[in-house]
Amino acid sequence: MKALFSPGAARYIRGGLLALFLLVMVLLPLLASPFTLRLANVIGMYALVAMGLVLLTGYAGLASLGQAAFMGTGAYTAAIVASRYGVNPWLALVVGIVLSVIIAWLIGLVTLRLKGHFLALATLAWGLVITGILRNWIPVTGGSTGLGGATGHRFPPLSFFGTELRGDRLYFVLVWGALLLVLLLTSNLMRSRVGRAIQSLRTGSVAAASFGVNVQSLKMLTFLLAAAFAGLAGGLYAFRERYVVPGIASLDSSIDVLIMAVVGGLTSLWGALAGATIFVLLKEQLQQVMPLIVGRTGNYEIIAFGLIVIVVLQRARRGLMPMLDGLLPKPPPKPVKEQAAPLPPGPSSNVAQGEALLSLEGVGRNFGGLAAVHELDFDVRKGQITGLIGPNGAGKTTVFNLITGVLQVSAGQIRFAGQAIQRKPPHAVARLGIARTFQHLNVIGSMTLLDNVLLGAYARTRAGLFRGMLRLDRAEDESARAEALRQLKRVGLGDDPFATADSLPLGKLRLLEVARALMADPVLLLLDEPAAGLRRHEKEELIDLVKRLKAEGATVLLVEHDMEVVMSLADHVVVMNHGQKLAEGTPTEVRRDPRVLEAYLGKEAA
Amino acid sequence: MFDIPLILASEGLINGAIYALVALGLVVLYSVTNVINVAQGEFVMLSALTVASLRAQQVPGTVYLVIAGLLAWALLDVAKHLRSRAPMKALVSLAWPLVAGASVYFIVLLASRASLPYLVQILLAVGLTTLLGPIFFRTMIQPLPRASVVVFLILTIGLHLALTGIGLAFWGPQPYTLPPFQSGSGLRLGAAYFGPQALWLLAVVALLLVGLWWFFGRTLQGKALRAASVNRLGARLSGISVVRAGSVAFTLSVFLSAVAGVLITPITKMAYDFGFMLGLKGFIGAIIGGLVSPVLAVAGALFVGVAEQFTAFYISSAYKEVLVFLLIIPVLLVRSFQHLDFEEHVE
Repeated sequence: MKALFSPGAARYIRGGLLALFLLVMVLLPLLASPFTLRLANVIGMYALVAMGLVLLTGYAGLASLGQAAFMGTGAYTAAIVASRYGVNPWLALVVGIVLSVIIAWLIGLVTLRLKGHFLALATLAWGLVITGILRNWIPVTGGSTGLGGATGHRFPPLSFFGTELRGDRLYFVLVWGALLLVLLLTSNLMRSRVGRAIQSLRTGSVAAASFGVNVQSLKMLTFLLAAAFAGLAGGLYAFRERYVVPGIASLDSSIDVLIMAVVGGLTSLWGALAGATIFVLLKEQLQQVMPLIVGRTGNYEIIAFGLIVIVVLQRARRGLMPMLDGLLPKPPPKPVKEQAAPLPPGPSSNVAQGEALLSLEGVGRNFGGLAAVHELDFDVRKGQITGLIGPNGAGKTTVFNLITGVLQVSAGQIRFAGQAIQRKPPHAVARLGIARTFQHLNVIGSMTLLDNVLLGAYARTRAGLFRGMLRLDRAEDESARAEALRQLKRVGLGDDPFATADSLPLGKLRLLEVARALMADPVLLLLDEPAAGLRRHEKEELIDLVKRLKAEGATVLLVEHDMEVVMSLADHVVVMNHGQKLAEGTPTEVRRDPRVLEAYLGKEAA
Repeated sequence: MFDIPLILASEGLINGAIYALVALGLVVLYSVTNVINVAQGEFVMLSALTVASLRAQQVPGTVYLVIAGLLAWALLDVAKHLRSRAPMKALVSLAWPLVAGASVYFIVLLASRASLPYLVQILLAVGLTTLLGPIFFRTMIQPLPRASVVVFLILTIGLHLALTGIGLAFWGPQPYTLPPFQSGSGLRLGAAYFGPQALWLLAVVALLLVGLWWFFGRTLQGKALRAASVNRLGARLSGISVVRAGSVAFTLSVFLSAVAGVLITPITKMAYDFGFMLGLKGFIGAIIGGLVSPVLAVAGALFVGVAEQFTAFYISSAYKEVLVFLLIIPVLLVRSFQHLDFEEHVE
């Protein structure tokens, strides 16, 4: 379908909508009724919590069923510290955030090494635990009646240069100011190096680690950010009401936040705002209407919300804001400054041309009692293309996983540029200068080609969380983008760098993965069955590319099924069968070897 | 001097047996379909309250849930057949759920008017609740064939909310009680006393465990389910329908919860929101079994039941729940250090 608007007009339309939103933000505290402002403040605080969940669930692919528990932690900590110990309310707010983050860190330590859903179950348990504590630790938390409000605890308000922030009108400025600031910082972050890496977690940890991302720490970082947002929302909540009750930390509230994020759109920061708005307003209405339908008072709105969640997940999985975003015209992409300063080079090795760069010495790996790889020795020499071939089940993929640190060796040693690497985790292996592609593609379909390739620069760039949030990474980002475009051109995909990856056929996606791997400026390039599933002309394109790379001095280990590809590319071929080395030599030698013929074609052929 | 521990252990065993049924349902469902069903406990509630309605000679709300589910099923099938331009098939797929829904309605209507024996009412309630298994699989899970664990988890949270609210709408907030299956004297073992209902409960749970062991170990259907849980693609290649396996797993897990509901209610009462807490304790048991081992899940659930009684008595009854949920921390800690390979915690 042809775009309805030119990209230039798209910028005006989006800019206009943003201006309208900001206008409403300015007019609301001036004109709206106290009731509306009160709702707006509740929306703002929940949106903050929901935004953390978007980051965690939508971007990093981790679910939490305890975001309200972190909110409750922030609220109660702020309340207790300020009302019992007379600490300055602003400081109390910060203490609340810090404690939420510390608890999230402890939960993360226990669960983040496990499959993603254990985090959801652990945070659910934490939600039940904290509500239990808040209800029963009466001397400190006030029990079910809560703290502050009518219970008579002295509960100071936040104040700003002598002005006490009481009432929803002033508080609106505080809540929505904080929310929009967090929104701005987070959306900056998501466009930065760290943000792109967070988004790559969804496609699988192995892929992210192959760019040099320490997956555990990045998951932890995302979880801590989400907890910090919730803790901040909790503190704001405490000082607005100057009254806290256990209910705010409950599982029900956590589920409310989840519904907001799902309805608004789990992959959109604005979705958190939209979702919170819809949820709070709809709940108001449903609480009036549903009891009339049922004919009894009660919280029947949960029926409607339950059904809404189910229908949204089944029929509109992306949620509201991403769908609206799809309807609006796309703004023009930011052009790449090709003359930007070059990125620093990747890691280098002092191995001479033709010497062993990677050596496997007596490498073995058992699964249960089964030896998938046994006593395997071979070298990959600098500047050469080494082919690793073998029939199905020969153990090629296992070898690949052992080299990249995805699997641990059971025996033997793997040396890279003289250094033993068999105990290193995948991201550390990647950071030594070993880049890889995947047999089962690991590209992010919704991202542009340029952004996908940028992921590969993770180990070569530096900008961290704060530089990303504050956009202090622009110079580095320009350099990385220019480099990404160069790599796209190098593999022949430079024509449309802003197309989304899901618009490409398989053959081009394989080239995209090569470009991403090259982005690391690797010492050694590992290609995992790059020809699998390719058509003839795509295969030829790939062979040409690898030949060109070799001419430019690349060292390649090619694990491949396709004999034609291996024979036309490799300088040296290692043949595996039943987890062991069967033969090695030049392609011609290997092709004549009767044992190889037997393994591939059966006894008669030999 | 062992009187109190003995009493606590027997109480814990009874609750633990119920958690075990829930935990088993969770494990079976997760290993076959990747669905973590947060709403598992709601089926415990539904079957128990269905019996309460039948005893009061009312048509239980569960029937309307079944009918609504069948209608949704029919609509999904009709849409599917119309898309593939098969109007005759569409007509058939519209017809049978209507017929089935109407028959269920009239059977239950008659059953609620007639003064059926209590045990028949119980069987009817379990059967009616179990019908929700295939219905929910078809209407909730099957439309999302390649969804991630997290998406399924959020989906069943929606299901949990909807069923809790529907339970409240049909039965109101008050707790219901049911009479024991049998009156008479129980069994005294030292200080521990098992009432007649507790004996029924333990016997039925034991019977179900043996039955499941036989089902998964000996029958073709059970082996097919196990195959589907180990390797979906491989199972499909050997002619096992993954959809069918999912449907059977969902039905089985709902059945286990439904049985748990009618067994425990004579002892503890039941209200619209009690099922969720039972479900969560079953979760703790299932997590102890890593969500995949049925044997460990049962052991974990029994342990949760017993630990709960002991903490309530010796430490604090107020913090009983807190301590039970904290149990998963050491379990997860141990599990997270078992994995050395990077690939194993990657889907």
